[in-house]
Amino acid sequence: MDKLLSWMLPPGASTFVGDIDWIYYLILAVTGIAFVLVEVALIVFLIRYRKRPGRKATYIHGSNRAEIIWTSVTAVVVVIIGILSAPAWNKIKGREGVPPNAMPIGIEAKQFEWNVTYPGPDGKLGTADDFTIRGQLHVPVDRPTVAMLTSQDAIHSFFVPSFRIKQDAVPGMHIRVWFQPTKVGEYELGCAELCGLGHYRMRAVVTVHTQQDYDRWVASQAHSVAQR
Amino acid sequence: MATTATDTSAYTHDHGNAHVDDRPFIRKYIFSTDHKIIGIQFLIMSLTFLLLGGTLAMVMRWQLGFPGKPLPGGTLLPETYTNNGVVLPEFYNSAVTMHGTFMVFFAIMPLLVGVFGNYLIPLKIGAPDMAFPRINMASFWTAVPAGLLMLAGFFVEGGSAAAGWTSYAPLSARSDLTGVHLGQIFWCLSLIILGLSSIMGSFNYITTVINMRAPGMNWFRLPLSIWALFVTACLVLLAIPVLSGAAILLLFDQTIGTHFFDPQAGGQPLLWQHLFWFFGHPEVYILILPAMGMASDIIANGARKPIFGYTSMVLAIISIGFLGWGVWGHHMFQSGMNPTLGTTFMISTLLIAVPSAIKTFNWLGTIWQGNITFHVPMLHALAFVSMFVIGGLSGVFMAASPFDIYIHDTYFIVAHLHYVLFGGSLFAIFAAVTYWYPKMFGRMMNPFWGRVHFWLTLVFYNFTFFPMHQLGLHGHMRRIYDPTQYAFLREMQPVNQFISISAFCLFATQFLFAANFILSWFKGEKAPNNPWLDNGLEWTLPSPPPHGNFATVPTVYRGPYEYSSPHSDLDYIPQNVPTPGGAGAAHPQPAGD
Repeated sequence: MDKLLSWMLPPGASTFVGDIDWIYYLILAVTGIAFVLVEVALIVFLIRYRKRPGRKATYIHGSNRAEIIWTSVTAVVVVIIGILSAPAWNKIKGREGVPPNAMPIGIEAKQFEWNVTYPGPDGKLGTADDFTIRGQLHVPVDRPTVAMLTSQDAIHSFFVPSFRIKQDAVPGMHIRVWFQPTKVGEYELGCAELCGLGHYRMRAVVTVHTQQDYDRWVASQAHSVAQR
Repeated sequence: MATTATDTSAYTHDHGNAHVDDRPFIRKYIFSTDHKIIGIQFLIMSLTFLLLGGTLAMVMRWQLGFPGKPLPGGTLLPETYTNNGVVLPEFYNSAVTMHGTFMVFFAIMPLLVGVFGNYLIPLKIGAPDMAFPRINMASFWTAVPAGLLMLAGFFVEGGSAAAGWTSYAPLSARSDLTGVHLGQIFWCLSLIILGLSSIMGSFNYITTVINMRAPGMNWFRLPLSIWALFVTACLVLLAIPVLSGAAILLLFDQTIGTHFFDPQAGGQPLLWQHLFWFFGHPEVYILILPAMGMASDIIANGARKPIFGYTSMVLAIISIGFLGWGVWGHHMFQSGMNPTLGTTFMISTLLIAVPSAIKTFNWLGTIWQGNITFHVPMLHALAFVSMFVIGGLSGVFMAASPFDIYIHDTYFIVAHLHYVLFGGSLFAIFAAVTYWYPKMFGRMMNPFWGRVHFWLTLVFYNFTFFPMHQLGLHGHMRRIYDPTQYAFLREMQPVNQFISISAFCLFATQFLFAANFILSWFKGEKAPNNPWLDNGLEWTLPSPPPHGNFATVPTVYRGPYEYSSPHSDLDYIPQNVPTPGGAGAAHPQPAGD
């Protein structure tokens, strides 16, 4: 149980782990210090200044100096957190952030499944060799993938915890979301936005291949699509 | 200064016979225009909804802790809710939606604004009643049908609304996506009607505070509870019409074939989110500002010390009231809105942490060098401070937009919002109810059972909500009916079970409060006028105060936090006493300093 109640983030498998996790640990440290200071001060004051017969509380109404200190310290700390966070946000979600060499795929969410369209052997979406597979996301390792994300019905949310990426899929919108896996293996893709009765089982498997494996997989899928 | 002499004489004349009350029962207790009765009516209504909302939470916790196991008593429910006692996803989504809706709109908001706005404002500013007593009555009797309509969703075909308390379109707009038609319509209609109630209440509060303060009650002698309720009323008046407008558009989409939020016909789903959160984020402060204000009053009283930094407390309330309008986009970081806006909203959201921090430090400053009495309301108020600190700090994680990518819509946000809404608002509500109960009902609540309820609530509350942070850090999505569908969540199931068992204990503990509340009403010790030795004007009146409140209009000579003043032998000086007892202070003390 104590292992389950850890403050560490679970291991990740994309380049965003490096961009995001340190921000978490930074905020954890800053808020942890603030938490301990405030709660300890509270408890110490409650014990030390508990009611005792014959004593009166000190009659003071405040201190401008204290107000200025704690207002400016708090303001500086939160602004620093904001400044340190901004680059990662722009890199992950900014419109200029998508690497130009990213492999394009299409993801269409619908109640309650993920349909992934792959570019086929030519590497281009919108050509004849594209093929679509339900509930499986296959991507190569160490290469950015950019998904054109949309939804057919309700709003869904594309969430791969191991990749530290989440993006709502909105009907009527085509939103680009990119990520670069760093470890070969299988991961889980879930829906993070309430989308109806089957929201809880709107799950897909993410498989990260080596580039050769991925090319082989694409060739075999493209072949079986061509056969149909 | 507050009111001119002529104003005062005008309302003294109307209520000259404050102590003679010959109204028939129905005018006195049912269709009453007395702000105190209306406050108590709101109290009973909203505590009922608090219980209903809590019951729905127990259904969710049962399903999350023990998915697939029959809910105790579940076989008694209709087969559209349970299958052989096992909660169905339909019922789970209804419970998620109605738990949030009940708690936000029919429990916490009316408890803070409806109950204490009504009860405290006229008493604390020295007024005989609200500015518009009949509109005040209409406000309560509009809230009742809104609540009944919301409840009615459970009894119609398709069940109650099931698109979350945020009702994101197009899920909420298209019944083919949820299987719920009437329930979603009821949700919209109910909130439109409730909005009328809130609007009637809020302009009444604003008018009353501006125009009906007793002589000498200038703005900087107002208790912080009244400052907070005043700023809250301004937020309600400006924010609720936005929700009502959005709900009307959604209702049209559901019923008469418009497509405001349906992209297949040119509508825009994100429009709903912008409208909803433009209301919804000020709403968050509507749900915490009055709690902060009342906790400030109670902490100064318990510490027997003037509130630390009164002026900066007021400025913090006002700046939250302004900044609260510029942060709604942090609910939409992952929604697909322009990412440049994400950076803007991140900065504004981080900045709103500053006034909250100021308030926390000033509460600490208030108890520093105090002479602290731990009465039951004080215990709850102190728990409010320490839990609000956790809720405030956990908010920083989500304000940092890159980390929000990971924890958005996970249990981390569920933990955060419950630390603010339960740890913050609800503890302050427990503090306020136990504090003003003697004034409302003329009887004391039992302090022993009050303490038992407090400590058990504090422990089980933290056992319930603290581990949700870890669930969220592990990636546990919110609003999912069965987490064991995911391999990475199966290993967290012991945590879910621990949370569920703690939640059941937390729920059971609340019956101690209910029993204490009900039994004390009939059997409690008779309350003196001023059981907590407080300076506020309401404590100069009998418990409960008569219809019309003050037999003669009180004159206010100082602020409400003059505790332990060297000018008096006692450790408090009521606001309406011209010269403090004993010492020869001939001149009234200026407010604040």
